[in-house]
Amino acid sequence: MELRDVGVRYQSAAAPAVDGVALTIDAGQFAVLLGPSGCGKSTLLRTINRLVEPTAGTVLIDGVDVRERDATQLRRGIGYVIQAVGLFPHYTVADNVAVVPRLLGWDDARIRRRVDELLALVGLDPARYRARKPRRLSGGEAQRVGVARALAAEPRVLLMDEPFAAVDAIVRASLQEEIARVHRELGTTIVFVTHDVDEALRLADRIVVMNAGRVVQAAPPHELLAHPADDFVRELVGVDEQTRRLVAERPLVERQ
Amino acid sequence: MSYAATHLGRVAGLFGEHVVLVGISLIVALAIAVPLGIVAARNARAATVILGITGMLYTVPSLALLALLVAVLGLGTTTAVVALVVYAQMILVRGVVAGLHGVDPALVDAARGLGYTARQSLLKVELPTALPVILGGVRVASVSLIALATIAAWINAGGLGTLIFEGIRSYNTDKIVAGALAAAVLAIAADLALRACERAVRA
Repeated sequence: MELRDVGVRYQSAAAPAVDGVALTIDAGQFAVLLGPSGCGKSTLLRTINRLVEPTAGTVLIDGVDVRERDATQLRRGIGYVIQAVGLFPHYTVADNVAVVPRLLGWDDARIRRRVDELLALVGLDPARYRARKPRRLSGGEAQRVGVARALAAEPRVLLMDEPFAAVDAIVRASLQEEIARVHRELGTTIVFVTHDVDEALRLADRIVVMNAGRVVQAAPPHELLAHPADDFVRELVGVDEQTRRLVAERPLVERQ
Repeated sequence: MSYAATHLGRVAGLFGEHVVLVGISLIVALAIAVPLGIVAARNARAATVILGITGMLYTVPSLALLALLVAVLGLGTTTAVVALVVYAQMILVRGVVAGLHGVDPALVDAARGLGYTARQSLLKVELPTALPVILGGVRVASVSLIALATIAAWINAGGLGTLIFEGIRSYNTDKIVAGALAAAVLAIAADLALRACERAVRA
């Protein structure tokens, strides 16, 4: 995936929300967009599935400009998880997970198999959860279903917009482990937005630090800690010498 | 109550007419109000126009509106249906707009992000989620229309108002009471039934 000088300027805004971002994300990479709120990271994420149309530059997936593809078709091939989860309240858990496969016209037997497989993948017992309505799920369970729904049609790219920001610390830790495992097992390219430095360090192969619509530094976590590009990054990761060494030596989530 | 007891068949027949009159009016009114409400919910300028006009029509006194319509359409059921449809618009359109505006933006974002077209998002996510509020509008509208429809007897549209107007003309209090009570029973029944529907779709 390649972002070429992507810019987004809202009509009413004085400054662009995203300003000349050039970025390449390799297939299978876990890329985390990190930055304070309002830095343009969510907007940048949403240019990838065309929920936001860039006012400058191009977004390419597998070498194809996303604007050349039908937006709806494009989105069906890209997983999308948001902080508010957005499970459809009138659908059961199974029907929520089945949304994209149904749109793609899979047959019922295949959908049923896939739903059970996915619920198991995100750590929910299919027999217990399949027929539940979203309002009978805890925040953590709902987001697991949200992740299952995003992965349903085996997308090669998964976009996650602060997916674990609304749950408590313990649930967040277990969801982070879950998504790291899913990433290892499926090899999906993940672009993950967060303002939480610890979360970024825990999950990312590559952290893209953003500020005021621009990329400040894009580097693997250990490099970011060892060689912050400027004072903004240094302050953001906010670590002293000792912690930096600890984190660099012992990644919290083991990788392949 | 003695009139209702001795003329049960007639009261039941007029009750049926009343139900049909209100039912048809509601269906026609919904067929107009749902598209209007969708447009108004999406476009602020359209909303000002649509809610302005429907609100203005709602303030026209019902007898005056009926009289005006009779001048154009003549006496009869059709004229009554038109009047009831016009009155229901304000309540129903507001219900649709409030329902759609009340939909959690995260649901719409998720629907679009997963690859629903705008139309699929509306039909499969937004309208179903807005349904309890829309049904609330239908409930208020149906109770209002049941009351208003009694006046429709004045222009020969039949219904329970027939008993009330006959009673007034012949100083027959029993007849008036029979018509009024039957209309009230219908209104209460409609209210309860639609409340139950609201609860069912909310669950």
